[in-house]
Parts: sequence; C-alpha cells; structure tokens
Amino acid sequence: MSDISDIAHGLDALARRIAGADARPTALRRLSGGASQEIWSFDIETDGGSHGYILRRAPGGVQLGVSAQSIGLNTEAGVINAARKAGAAAPVVTHICDESDGLGAAYVMERLSGETIARKILRDDGFAKARPVLAAQCGAALARIHATPPDTLPELPFSGAIEQLDRYEEVYRSFDTPRPIFDLAFRHLRDRAPRPLAPTLVHGDFRLGNIMVGPEGLVAALDWELAHVGDPTEDLSWICMPSWRFGQMDKPVGGFGELADLLGGYRDAGGDPRIDEAAVRWWTIFGSLKWGTMCLTMFRAFESGADASVERAAIGRRASETELDLMLMLTGKL
Amino acid sequence: MLGEPTAKQLVEATAGFLEKVAIPQLEGHAAFHARVAANVLAIVARELELGPAAADAEAERLAQLLGGDGPLDAQRRDLCARLTKGEMTLETPGLADHLLATAIDRVRIEQPNYGSFKRL
Repeated sequence: MSDISDIAHGLDALARRIAGADARPTALRRLSGGASQEIWSFDIETDGGSHGYILRRAPGGVQLGVSAQSIGLNTEAGVINAARKAGAAAPVVTHICDESDGLGAAYVMERLSGETIARKILRDDGFAKARPVLAAQCGAALARIHATPPDTLPELPFSGAIEQLDRYEEVYRSFDTPRPIFDLAFRHLRDRAPRPLAPTLVHGDFRLGNIMVGPEGLVAALDWELAHVGDPTEDLSWICMPSWRFGQMDKPVGGFGELADLLGGYRDAGGDPRIDEAAVRWWTIFGSLKWGTMCLTMFRAFESGADASVERAAIGRRASETELDLMLMLTGKL
Repeated sequence: MLGEPTAKQLVEATAGFLEKVAIPQLEGHAAFHARVAANVLAIVARELELGPAAADAEAERLAQLLGGDGPLDAQRRDLCARLTKGEMTLETPGLADHLLATAIDRVRIEQPNYGSFKRL
C-alpha cells in the first residue's frame, strides 16, 4: 500500500504539468475498491477554479507482470481513448504518467459524478428514473464500444468463446478439485459453442460495480483492464450473469432491466442484429462458470500463502452460488 | 449438551463476540475483514450442523446414479469423468435432480442469503 504523502508529493508536479504553473493538488483521498489497482481522488485548484480528477495506479506504482487477462495501465488508457473517440461513454484520460512523474505505472482521468455501488443503484430513490432506461442505455453504450475502429486500438489479446472455454477449463482442471456441475457445464457449452461473429473490442467487465450511473442513467463505463478483442455477445451477457444481479434475480439485466431492452438499445445504436437471446444465454451460462472458476482462483491466492486474508479464504466458498445458478439455468429454471 | 460445549457452540460464541463486541470498535479495513470473519464463522457453524447429513445424502444419490459405492471424493471424480466424456448428460435420468440437490445443500451452508437460493 502506498503512503499518501508519496502520492501527494508526486501530484504537486503533476498538477502543474496538467493545469499550469499556478496549479495545486488538494483533497487527495484513496477510494475503496480496486483490489488490483489503487484509485485516488484529488482536485486541481488553479486561480481559475477547481476540477476533479482520478489517479489510477498499479499497487505501489509497480506494474506486476501483465496477466493473461489484465492488459496493463498504458494499454488500458489507450483503449479508453480509442473508445471515447468512437463515441463510447468512457472517462476522459487527461495524462498517462511517465517516469518523470515519479508515480510509477499510472494515469489520470477527469472525475465523473455518479454512483458505482450496485445496491444503491438498484434500491435508492435517487436512481428511480434511471433504472427503467438503464438497460437500453447499456445496450447503446456497448454498441458504441464495439464499433471502435480496430486500427485505433493498442495491441490487445484476442479471446473468443472457444479460447475462453479452453482457458477456464484448463484453470479448473489444474485445481484438481471435483465439482461435477462445472464438468457438466464445460461439456454442455462446448457442445453448443456459438459460431464466431466478426471480432470487436470487448470491454470485458461491463456490469454493475464497473459502470457509473447518475440520476438520468448511464454516465460511463469504467474499469477497462480486462478489455480484449473477441465476441461482442460477451459484454451483453456478463451484465446478465446471475451473480451480477445482486439479489434481484427476476430482472435479468443486472438486477434492474429486461433483456429485450438491452438488445433493443444495442440494435438501435448499430450493434450486430445477429446477437439474439440464445447467444446471450450461452454467454451468460459461460459467465457463471467463469466467475465460479475465478472464485476458486482467488482462493488459490490464500492457499498458496500469497494473500493470507480471511476474505481471500472465504471467496472459495462463493463458487457454490455459481453451481446453483448453472443448474437453474441449464434446467430452464432461471 | 451438559458438561462441555459443542464445536458449533464454540464457533457461535466467537461469532457473537465479533459481531457484538469487536466489530463496533473497529474501523475501515479491519472492520470489513472482521465482518467477513464473522460471516465465515457462520458458514462453519452451519457446516458443522448440516454438512454431515448433506454429504451422506450426496453419497447415497451418487451410489444410485453410478451404481457403486466408495469414498465420496472418488464418487465425485467418477461422475466428473463421465460428464466430461459426455457419457452422462442432462438427459440422464436422475442426474439433474442430483446436481441441483447437491448445489442447494451447499448454498444452504455457504450462502443462505444468496438471491437464487432465497427464490427457490
């Protein structure tokens, strides 16, 4: 974990670099969330006024080896810029840090106002107007993300349906822990794998918690670290995955909306009209299987001694929720 | 039980201490992890209470389904192998019921507040 005074020191020079000689950073605070990244909020004050920013930074400023899934902060900033240029609802990246900033691997973006906490978006009165329109807005936002011209993107990994099935099945097998529902689901999905669509930019983690929502609805897609090139159906389905409905199981889109609205918004904004409910279904079932495997992976961090926290230990017990959802979906009960 | 506390009682007493005494005095990350710890102890208490019967029922269903018996872990592995090979599928009589019952028993212990479980 970083010392706040180190960050504050780095921001003194950075504020001048961003906003001119009279600029000074204020109101620095660490935001919660982001296990794989540090997220800091601060303001830059100049004689002309005050403006809010977010610093997204690798833990301690050190970019660990970029994993098979995570693309690294520089690439992430490049993806956000390309998506935004294509009209997608994404943050404005103000500055990508280099060595002279002394902050390590990091970038700065303009701070947006809105809410990311799922339970508040699903229940608070302040979002009552947003909830009925949010599914169509998410569909439209994804259509714009998927329309990002490939030649404007940094180099990204390709990962379609088959590649992901292969990867997560290999991970599951490496644990050598028998969970028959996972075996059934891997085989079932493999036998019904969707025909590949033309590959597009895929956000990779588009769901409540990673989108900012205001009183009128969607503000922006955040958390682009799992972006890749692949099947656009993945993004339309991940937000429908039962674990991301936060208890509101009868609202298939994120616990707030209907699938017809999500797909309608997607098509109206130019998204691929071949993506139908059956395709979303396949990817939603796969999403539960993937999340279940990810829970086991996070538990391995405890078992290996890398992270001895009770939280990492306990997440191993969350895989069972995906087993229940898989059986309910595979038998048509969810 | 007179004379000595059960494992379940010990775990519940510890969870009660966390919830009523320790957590109100903690802040930030420590309070978060203490709440996770209290939740973990609740899982352990339910597993002590419900786990043995759930395992027995699973083993009994597996013996029926696979036509043999043996240690639970070996039975599970046998089922995994048959599912992976496609020798058993959702159409196999009794299979879906067995897997659903097994999942329900696990979630009852591990996450009784989970939406899909409460909706059953």
